[in-house]
Amino acid sequence: MGGFWRRYSRRWASVLGLALLALVVAGAAAAPLVFPADPWDMAGAPYLWPGQETGFPLGTDTLGRDVAAGLFHGARVSLLVGIAATAAALGVGILVGAVAGYYGGIVDDALMRLTEIFQTIPNFIFIIVLVVIFKPSIATIVLSISAVSWPALARLVRAEFLSLRRREFVQSCILVGMGDARVILTEILPNCLAPVIVTASIMVATAILIEAGLSFLGLGDPNVISWGSMIGAGRTSLRNAWYLTAIPGLAIVVTVLALNLVGEGLNDAFNPRLRPRAATR
Amino acid sequence: MARIARFLGRRLVQAAGVILGIAVINFLLVHLAPGDAVEVLAGEAGGAGDPGYVERLRARFGLDRPLHEQLALYLWNVVRLDFGYSFRHGTDVLDLILGRVPATLLLMVTSIAAAFLLGLVLGVTAARRVNTVTDNVIALVALLSYAIPLFWLGLMLVVLFSVMLGWLPSGGISTVGVDQSPLAYAADVARHAVLPTVTLTLFYMAVYTRLMRASMLEVTGHDFVRTARAKGLSERAVIWRHVLKNALLPMVTMIGMQVGSLLGGAVMVEMVFGWPGLGRLAFEAILARDLNLLLGILLLSSILVVAANILVDLAYAWLDPRIEVR
Repeated sequence: MGGFWRRYSRRWASVLGLALLALVVAGAAAAPLVFPADPWDMAGAPYLWPGQETGFPLGTDTLGRDVAAGLFHGARVSLLVGIAATAAALGVGILVGAVAGYYGGIVDDALMRLTEIFQTIPNFIFIIVLVVIFKPSIATIVLSISAVSWPALARLVRAEFLSLRRREFVQSCILVGMGDARVILTEILPNCLAPVIVTASIMVATAILIEAGLSFLGLGDPNVISWGSMIGAGRTSLRNAWYLTAIPGLAIVVTVLALNLVGEGLNDAFNPRLRPRAATR
Repeated sequence: MARIARFLGRRLVQAAGVILGIAVINFLLVHLAPGDAVEVLAGEAGGAGDPGYVERLRARFGLDRPLHEQLALYLWNVVRLDFGYSFRHGTDVLDLILGRVPATLLLMVTSIAAAFLLGLVLGVTAARRVNTVTDNVIALVALLSYAIPLFWLGLMLVVLFSVMLGWLPSGGISTVGVDQSPLAYAADVARHAVLPTVTLTLFYMAVYTRLMRASMLEVTGHDFVRTARAKGLSERAVIWRHVLKNALLPMVTMIGMQVGSLLGGAVMVEMVFGWPGLGRLAFEAILARDLNLLLGILLLSSILVVAANILVDLAYAWLDPRIEVR
């Protein structure tokens, strides 16, 4: 474990990423304590610029809502959607990739054709259609995002399985009569977790960006305040109060940047000899 | 030539399969939607009150027939490029979409060309100065552009260049309500195109920069580069004539992989800038909950992606004759 941390912290940027991420998580956790009132409620005079009035360090929006409260509560939505969508995509992606890579042949062909179809559809337009059809809510947003993010993971896992499948330790397990499920779960899967974990951290970042885009377009969950919906609302007063657009956007940048840096750090820690891999988009 | 023709034939069959698959997904989505399919399609688009429109939709989807016949009917409509009628816009979906494609293509092609060229120059610069300040600054810019939401980048550029400096228009494709000569009109469109294009370019430049840097570094390690250096070629000649040419191949692959993402990006940017392409059409469809139109946009943009991928594959085969066209 000590070695892992030493390799992770080799670059200061990875440590910075972890610190920023911890900050965002702490903000999300502390939101109900620091801002117990409903972030949708009017808290002061409208259009207060940041620092203009004590008690509203980040100002108020068009309807006098506290921007800081929105920021803290929005962090919960972003993290929730990011993590849940990634978890769902991990489930599907690992299942499809493992089955395709382990069994090969027709199963592999069929699953890879399916993956190819999902990779061809323009992701963002597909997500929009899904959310419009199934009505915007946290659950439909999470499922729609995972519907487009599993294929990349499935390909990754399949490639790992294809190469590990031929290795001697796997072959000997099969030879002594170990069941398929057990070989997949206890022998091969643990050996390909490193690239999966690195990819997952970047998938959380991508999911957060997509959620922000959706709620900016008015396709977010109408019951919760999110960074994207704050930008969408602030957009109408871009000319006289651009801070309403800028502040939640900066929160997204910091969070996504932190996740990408953590991803690179994890990559360093898992593959000490490899060059850092480029983030996927 | 025969090689290319055979390749093209196989690729087209494969593409048809993918498009068919996407059409089936579209069909399933309509039927998975909560509520009666026609009510969903017509519902909030404002057509539900018009019995004629609802009847036409019912006939179009053959809803009184068994499911597999409905699917066959739907696919037949897709093959004939019949995407139905948009009640909101009062025209055929296909005409509506085709009318918006040029604006989107203009935006996409300029942005991808600019992102490619800038990425190439920055990538080569970074690779020639590995681990210097220049390299680190370029890496930092790339990292930031991965983390910035596209729509937010667009809005911030509007704040800077339209609101504060007043240099550029903040939206639309041309100045409304003025009669202009063709030349002045073109200049006007170009002025309006600057911010959306810059937004998309900045966003995608990072991908090409990182890829070009990595690709250059990889190729530099090869024997033929050492040979070129050994025979006394200048550094400039080695880089531009030997390394660059070989490092370009992954960049071409990347264009193919990015078309779908770029189309999604263009949609986002158009919504921010009110650029009258597919994206704004999609946004209008979202506001009107015009599902039939949205599904048409999804299917046609998928076809666009497949077509672009075939073009990239052909370019690849042409660039590198060593590669067996699969």
